[in-house]
Amino acid sequence: MPATPSPQNFSSSPQNAPLLQMKGIALHFDGNAVLENINLNLNEGEIVTVIGPNGAGKSSLVSLVVGLQNPSAGSITRQAKLRIGYMPQKLTINPQLPLSTQRFLSLCGNNTTLKAAVARLSIECLLKTPVQKLSGGEMQRVLLARALMKNPQLLVLDEPAQGVDVAGQAELYHLLGELRDELGCGVLMVSHDLHIVMAQTDQVLCLNKHVCCHGEPESVSQHPEYLQLFGKKAAADIAIYTHNHDHQHDIHGDVVQPGAAADAHQHCQHDHSSHKH
Amino acid sequence: MGMPDFLINALLAAFAIAAVAGPLGSFVVWQRLAYFGDTLAHGALLGVALGLFASINVTLAIVLCCVALAGLLFLLQQKPGLGDDALLGLLSHSALAAGLVSVSLMGSSVDLFAYLFGDLLTTSRRDAYVIIGVCLAVLGAIIACWRKLLLMVIDADIAKVEGIPVNLMRMLLLVTIAIVVAFAMRVVGVLLITALLIVPAAASRRLTRSPETMAIVAALIGSCAVAGGMFASFWYDTPAGPSVVLAASGIFLLTLLKRR
Repeated sequence: MPATPSPQNFSSSPQNAPLLQMKGIALHFDGNAVLENINLNLNEGEIVTVIGPNGAGKSSLVSLVVGLQNPSAGSITRQAKLRIGYMPQKLTINPQLPLSTQRFLSLCGNNTTLKAAVARLSIECLLKTPVQKLSGGEMQRVLLARALMKNPQLLVLDEPAQGVDVAGQAELYHLLGELRDELGCGVLMVSHDLHIVMAQTDQVLCLNKHVCCHGEPESVSQHPEYLQLFGKKAAADIAIYTHNHDHQHDIHGDVVQPGAAADAHQHCQHDHSSHKH
Repeated sequence: MGMPDFLINALLAAFAIAAVAGPLGSFVVWQRLAYFGDTLAHGALLGVALGLFASINVTLAIVLCCVALAGLLFLLQQKPGLGDDALLGLLSHSALAAGLVSVSLMGSSVDLFAYLFGDLLTTSRRDAYVIIGVCLAVLGAIIACWRKLLLMVIDADIAKVEGIPVNLMRMLLLVTIAIVVAFAMRVVGVLLITALLIVPAAASRRLTRSPETMAIVAALIGSCAVAGGMFASFWYDTPAGPSVVLAASGIFLLTLLKRR
């Protein structure tokens, strides 16, 4: 197994063996093909976004990657002892279970890693909140903190932006980009559309049972199969977005030092007042 | 003036069951297994008939029957769509009916009432020790796997990805419930076992803020219910099992007074 790269040299990692490699994967349910002939490499330090219409098999692909399901055909090779941080599409915890965010996190690691992850994601103010009372955006942060505590080599997120408003989504994707830089981990995420994700994405996989197209965000958004799936309007929106993004790194318009943990209290307020921008 | 021996035996057995029913009942509530508990309990009656028919130890037959049923339910749980309310209701009451029919076929030698509503006051000292031993073993298993069980309760998928043996934990939970149900039959009877599991846990939920305290307080509430129910049974000659459950329900009603 190759030595773990130091956080800063992630960009050189594609030369290493991929964290996970899928070859000729197919998945069938009762004879119906859900996925067909999928080839996919996930590398250290690389963000791969899977997009596609409803029923395209995005979540099935995720469950194959994390090993919740076995493929009907093809092979999946994971790096030995691969540490995966998994964030499901939705986490509904039985309200009968009394569980504070602090206790929830403490189930996954020791106090030191907990404190570090909590500080990194600025969720100190949520620690006493019962997990069932967390809002969509807050829950995503807590789940991300939980994943961080495991020091993952691969982060897998299934529609992480569900139930999060547009500002929160941009912030979340920005955060993911930062975490990728800090940890040097690979990221696989599923998204409904490319609009906000693309600035943080290295590779896009456009899925509709098979891989329609695959490549860097700009090239995918011009690909005929993509245009056919999502329409020209969507592609135009993306073009506008990337243009804007070049000039604006913080969605709130606040000045935030890149990489520096923002003030905790301030951040928690952001979650609730995301429209002031 | 000392307590009569039969009362001491009964209290020992009932306290042991209540102590383990607290944490186990909490898991029943968290995993929405109340119907499973019912099905197991009703199936226990079938175990009585089988034990008498095969002339083996009846308690052993009940345990075997419950564990076998737990295995069956575990397999059903694996198939999505089959674990719904209607199917479990069907299974649960079919098991009860089959138990009633087969016990009555065994002839008049069986005291059906004792199995349906509990027969705590006939507990011998040896019975009490066996029950205490079994409860300690179950409690030990739950404590040893506490973190894994909790992670499974929170989200089975995440737990699986993180390498928790989710199916093993699920099986452990069902088997321990089966064992406790088989022994708790003596305390409250087939019809009320699930109540002994979930009523103290539901009451405890209203008072506590962490999974651990919920389990411990549920055990304490169960013990209070046992003491109260046995007291009523002894002085007012009410049936022991139903009195215990009523006492637990009374405590639950009291917790409703607490503002959340």
